[in-house]
Amino acid sequence: MTQAQNSVVTDEMRAAIGVEGSPATLEVEKTNCRMFARAVGHTDPIYYDEAAAKARGHRSIVAPPGFFGTPIFRPGAPPQGPTGGRGFNIPYKRVLNGGTDYEYFPDEDSVCAGDTITARTKITAFEETEGRLGPMLITKRETTYTNQRGKVVAKMYGTVIQY
Amino acid sequence: MGQVYFEDVNTGDEIPQLRKNCSTQQLVLWAAGSGDFYQIHYDKDFAQSTGLKGLIVHGALKNAFLGQLLHDWAGEAGSLRKFGCAYRGMDEPDQDIICRGVITKKYSEGGEHFIELDVWTEKPDGTKTSPGTALVTLPGRG
Repeated sequence: MTQAQNSVVTDEMRAAIGVEGSPATLEVEKTNCRMFARAVGHTDPIYYDEAAAKARGHRSIVAPPGFFGTPIFRPGAPPQGPTGGRGFNIPYKRVLNGGTDYEYFPDEDSVCAGDTITARTKITAFEETEGRLGPMLITKRETTYTNQRGKVVAKMYGTVIQY
Repeated sequence: MGQVYFEDVNTGDEIPQLRKNCSTQQLVLWAAGSGDFYQIHYDKDFAQSTGLKGLIVHGALKNAFLGQLLHDWAGEAGSLRKFGCAYRGMDEPDQDIICRGVITKKYSEGGEHFIELDVWTEKPDGTKTSPGTALVTLPGRG
């Protein structure tokens, strides 16, 4: 990382590293699990059929890999969830999702329909680099997913690229 | 498909491939399912106005394909502990996306059997567009 004179990382941004944003509430519902699974093309019935999921020892339809529920939408309210650095006044126009990694922590059951997940996101690092496309700002962030029993069920590590 | 067991796999083994090919309709399904409504994935004019050639497949959808690849392989008695990828290259709708994985390490710890893998999606010409890694557990024959 170069601390170039023309760094776009401000003191305000540096102060935001490690600070959790306001939590988002995600509802895990049967229909949304099915919709996510269908969009991917999953064929395992535990993502569609409650009886099949129960027969395999789950409480209800299972949330497919990478799905942790849908944020509650309220008209006029600011969107819930991570802004991933988009909230800062960055002089770059283009935004790319750089990558995502998920880590699951074993619980008595997988995330299932009926669960309510609280997602808390923080920025963990800003990195600046000079790429093929010019100067870039890479924002690394981490989201922690906690279920209604207070158990951390998963973490997401994400990268947002602005250039 | 039968259950795969820890004893049956070795470092260097490739797991069964998963072949995908996204219609634009699938991208719209994914937008709704994931809540990612960025227009570069379904509005061609918008995509081109940002300098792209046309519509592109959501990176997170390719990541979810890798989730399916691993879930289907690990089976009922296996579990997915970590997976993810970088969105290195773009994929377009109506082109094959081949999801692959190769075992890089196997070990047992705390009574569980772990498998580490390199996973990725690639284009038909072999270009890797989403390289990543994964960790799954498999049952032992015990």
